Amino acid sequence: MTITTSTSTSSIGSAAPGANVQLIDVVKDYSGQRALDGVTLSINPGEFIALLGPSGCGKTTALRALSGLELVDGGHILIDGKDVVDVPVNKRDIGMVFQSYSLFPHLTAGENVEFGLRMRKVGAAERRRRAAETLELVGLDHHVGRYAHQLSGGQQQRVALARALVTKPRVLLLDEPLSALDAKVRVQLREEIRRIQTELSITTLFVTHDQEEALAIADRVAVMRAGNIEQVGTPEELYSKPATPFVAEFVGLTNRVTGVVSGGTVELLGQRLPLVQADAPDGEVRVYLRPEHITLSSSGIPATVVTSSFLGSHRRTNVRLEDGSVISLQHSARLVPAPGEAVHLELSGAPVTVGPS
Amino acid sequence: MSRSVATRIGAEPGKATRSVILIIVGLVFIIPILAMLQFTFRAGLSGGYTFAHWTALFDPAQASNYSILVVGIGNSLILAVVTVGIVLVVLLPTMILVHLQFPRLRRVLEIVCIVPITVPAIVLVVGLAPVYSVVVSIFGGDTWTLAFAYGITVLPYAYRAIQSNLGAIDMITLSEAGRSLGASWLRVLWHVILPNLRRGIIAASFIAVAVVLGEFTIASLLNRINIQTALLQLAQTDGYVAVIFALLSLIVVFVILLLIGRMGRNRGNRSTS
Repeated sequence: MTITTSTSTSSIGSAAPGANVQLIDVVKDYSGQRALDGVTLSINPGEFIALLGPSGCGKTTALRALSGLELVDGGHILIDGKDVVDVPVNKRDIGMVFQSYSLFPHLTAGENVEFGLRMRKVGAAERRRRAAETLELVGLDHHVGRYAHQLSGGQQQRVALARALVTKPRVLLLDEPLSALDAKVRVQLREEIRRIQTELSITTLFVTHDQEEALAIADRVAVMRAGNIEQVGTPEELYSKPATPFVAEFVGLTNRVTGVVSGGTVELLGQRLPLVQADAPDGEVRVYLRPEHITLSSSGIPATVVTSSFLGSHRRTNVRLEDGSVISLQHSARLVPAPGEAVHLELSGAPVTVGPS
Repeated sequence: MSRSVATRIGAEPGKATRSVILIIVGLVFIIPILAMLQFTFRAGLSGGYTFAHWTALFDPAQASNYSILVVGIGNSLILAVVTVGIVLVVLLPTMILVHLQFPRLRRVLEIVCIVPITVPAIVLVVGLAPVYSVVVSIFGGDTWTLAFAYGITVLPYAYRAIQSNLGAIDMITLSEAGRSLGASWLRVLWHVILPNLRRGIIAASFIAVAVVLGEFTIASLLNRINIQTALLQLAQTDGYVAVIFALLSLIVVFVILLLIGRMGRNRGNRSTS
């Protein structure tokens, strides 16, 4: 698929900077089951935040609460300082793209994009002009007369994005918009979304369960678990300094190794490493160690190669330690360890996250 | 052995088998209709054929003989319109509301709507007779009040037609999309839901019309005149004209069902394209 990148200065492109959004202690119950347990999150104007978490963690509920599609049982939702908890969804001035294809089947792509403007009683000529501009923004200006069933999944989601943007909403909400697409289109479209979001400076909340997607696209990522936000941070912070064992395991690959904390550092595999959590109490802990923080060396921790996989730019090798445990390490693709080969490992010395053993 | 049985069960009949089945079923339907058509051209017991029974329909001198039929047709058309109105005003909004807001009630609604198909019309009339004494005291004894009973008899068919349309479209997401784009519930209903339920609504309406035009038992037992009871009365004085109108009503219903089938086929084509 060819992506047309629009650089024209359209009316949609001159939208005002996005709004400031705050979720404060938001609580939501479903039949006694707590879906959101005091979620607090602040999104700066024009910021792109990804809500990341496993299925059922409450990320979609949080997004729907912000949109107004779900009524909350407690807390406050502020858009530009105004509490919108009691404001119905059609008055919140948000744009939303859904996980499932949500184009109106009886309308063409152009009419779909015009829909929000029609609801705002914008004149026909102005509607058509703005719809054409927004479709151009998403690279589909030649598909204005096509119906949903005449568009591919990726094209439908682009039209849905144009439809959400054409009204110049204060906040853009994306509810796993890429999950129904195949891998290649998914990567292309997520880059398109980011480009458009940056161009429009629109405050955006993007829900996904795909950590790679979240890390690649967002300014900051909020990791959710069981109705709560575990950590909010830049992709780099989340990856290199996960605040909790859950974040360490959910974001990226990690090895779990037993170690002992004492004096603000942790000892494992005969080496001493700094801690991400400086206040971790002394005692035996489980250490979460990234594969790329372990290197092959001429001396150090003895191990035996179990398997080694070529992954394009790098290679991932599983090795068995002397105590029988197996850990993964990541190294240059130029090194090709053979299964059964005796090797030595070294830890890079990067700070590690620890949790209860 | 089980494998061969499975293959036989799953196998599509061959072209020859399909043709034989089609011819047999076609003959079962067409023979009585052709017999009716032939009957309308018969010249009494003489054995000859004539157009007199058909031309008599347009003879002003004979008009008074057919007045009961005119009344019956008029009543049936009114009943069809009111019954369709009941389906659109009562059933359709209820189904949309349950589908969007009270999904747990879907099963209950389905059972309630399907039940009338299991109740024979004669049993329905026995139950409706005392109800109609109240209906008459409120709305009078006009024939159109039969539409309340017909609204119940068409429920299963109308429900199925609308439900199949509702089930084929993710109406919840479409409604939420409409709401998120600034539409009120009423505008979502008008601009999103109804246009996408158009086929189901039209099919339900046509089926309701077909059922009402063919209904005899309830009208007869509640002493109302509709096209079917009028045909019966007319048959007692002029059997030929009664058969002509029976044929015409069959054609009308056939055309209606053809239109519904065509709509279904169009929908199928569209969804697979």
